[in-house]
Amino acid sequence: MDYKDTKWMMIKKSRQNYALMAPYFVLFFTFTVMPVVMAVALSFSNFNMLQRPEFVGWANYTRLFLENEIFIIALQNTLMFAVVTGPLSFLLCFVFAWIINDMPPRVRAFFTLVFYAPSISGNVFFIWQFFFSGDRLGLVNGFLIDLGLIDNPINFFRDIRFIMPILIIVQLWLSLGVGFLAFIAGLQTVDKALYEAGAVDGIRNRWQELWFITLPSMKPQLLFAAVMQITTSFAIADIVVILAGLPTVNYAGDTIVTHLQDIGWVRFEMGYASAVATILFLLMVGTNKGVQRMLKKVGT
Amino acid sequence: MATAEANQDMLVLPKKKEVKLAKRTKKLSRSASGTAALFVFLGFFGVFTSMPLVLTVSRAFMPLDELFLFPPRFFFRNPTLSNFSDLFIIMQESWVPFSRYFLNSIIITGFGTLGHLICASMAAYPLAKNEFPFKNVLFSIVVLSLMFTAHVTAIPNFLIISALGINNTYLAVILPAFSAPLGLYLMKQFMEQIPDSLIESARLDGASEFFIWRKIVMPNVKPAWLTLIILMFQGLWATTGGVFLRSEELKPLTFAMSQIALGGVARAGANAAVMLITMAVPITFFVFSQSKIIETMATSGMKD
Repeated sequence: MDYKDTKWMMIKKSRQNYALMAPYFVLFFTFTVMPVVMAVALSFSNFNMLQRPEFVGWANYTRLFLENEIFIIALQNTLMFAVVTGPLSFLLCFVFAWIINDMPPRVRAFFTLVFYAPSISGNVFFIWQFFFSGDRLGLVNGFLIDLGLIDNPINFFRDIRFIMPILIIVQLWLSLGVGFLAFIAGLQTVDKALYEAGAVDGIRNRWQELWFITLPSMKPQLLFAAVMQITTSFAIADIVVILAGLPTVNYAGDTIVTHLQDIGWVRFEMGYASAVATILFLLMVGTNKGVQRMLKKVGT
Repeated sequence: MATAEANQDMLVLPKKKEVKLAKRTKKLSRSASGTAALFVFLGFFGVFTSMPLVLTVSRAFMPLDELFLFPPRFFFRNPTLSNFSDLFIIMQESWVPFSRYFLNSIIITGFGTLGHLICASMAAYPLAKNEFPFKNVLFSIVVLSLMFTAHVTAIPNFLIISALGINNTYLAVILPAFSAPLGLYLMKQFMEQIPDSLIESARLDGASEFFIWRKIVMPNVKPAWLTLIILMFQGLWATTGGVFLRSEELKPLTFAMSQIALGGVARAGANAAVMLITMAVPITFFVFSQSKIIETMATSGMKD
């Protein structure tokens, strides 16, 4: 019996397993794997939903990088968002989870709710409109005028100096999601015998404890949460559109995703938009893979 | 088979002590000043995170004149329910009956969540417990798909859904939800801790894989059910349908709510009430399922 036969036998023997997985994976390939392949393929065409797509080579990509200034701005904004909110939200998730880990279960449950609630409350980030509303009725403007720091209200979402910082704050507020929960759970599963052994071995304070015991034993959660936080940090779009509009003033808050939506669903240049989607895909996956490699070195 | 069924009641997983025993018996190396600093830090951010949520609650009960007061108010002075009655009136006047939006949301979140739970856990069991060709490839593709968002696939998905002839039907939103990767991932990781002996003994009795999944695996992963349910519920509850649901009579509640929210000054009161309702549903859900979700998340880590 050669190798091929054994493989085929094993596949036949596992048919019950494949049958169980079939519903999920048929849908998964239809709605996730195939679309990625199609996006890459379409990015080399001039598809516009009306005419038959034609192969145009790298034209969409050269157009994006050489002729489309808005894309370059959107790319810069996206990287800015990702570089600030990705690591910062990852850090916040961990630090908060770590602090509340020592608390009694009820207090811990309360703080978990407080920090996690924004990420599950749907479109409630709209409420930030009332903090940074451009007229005197905005809470921040009202407060600053009251203090006498400014005379006229600041139009926060129309002033390019404020658009990015405010969106970053809102994004951070939204970002304590699944990764945060993974940390809370992970911290509780760290073997407490390790801490006791550490105390015997001369660990003096909680910072050393964190570095030498907690972090290395949480590596799997660190990897998982990193994926969650990085992926979201590249996908910022809804808060931009709802709070600052589309496009934002001088494109100061536009991101790759909002630009993609603009090209695709407003202008119907699907081939061109697919090139943007492909770049977004490479950015997200590339960053994730790179960070995974880095995090695997923690504690080694 | 009969033995497997008889055994079922006795099949209890070993207690997950690590999760339950979070309180340490002895606190190690804690300085008072360090604890105080951490508390101040936590308190500061706690206020920051909860402020918008508190404002949402507060505005929902503010009478109209307080909503437009200068200087703006954070807390209501004369609480009223008039915003909710305003909302009720708007709902009755709307072109599509409001109950229709509500029904759409129930159909989409209900079927989407149920289908996701079944499909994802059926696929998770073999991946967690059995050995077969292509197992690792399949799972690593799922992990890879955690690394990008649906924005990447939106345009081709629109084409695929149109080609399948399900554009502008509930299925356009429900079917893709069935195969969301996060649910499969979390479920598979959680199932790995089921002892092999449970599954082996059923297999020796001649149970089929489907039977093992249904009668042995599923009853033992109830915390993970809840986690998948709430994560998917949240996602589908927040969807507006976008390009996939164009007909007004198919749009979900979130869409109707966002229309009211855009209604401007005239609808400021109803708008405030809407925001409270949108926010309250998923938060309430989470409050009751928190401990189960944390239990599931304990196994969420990525191994090499």
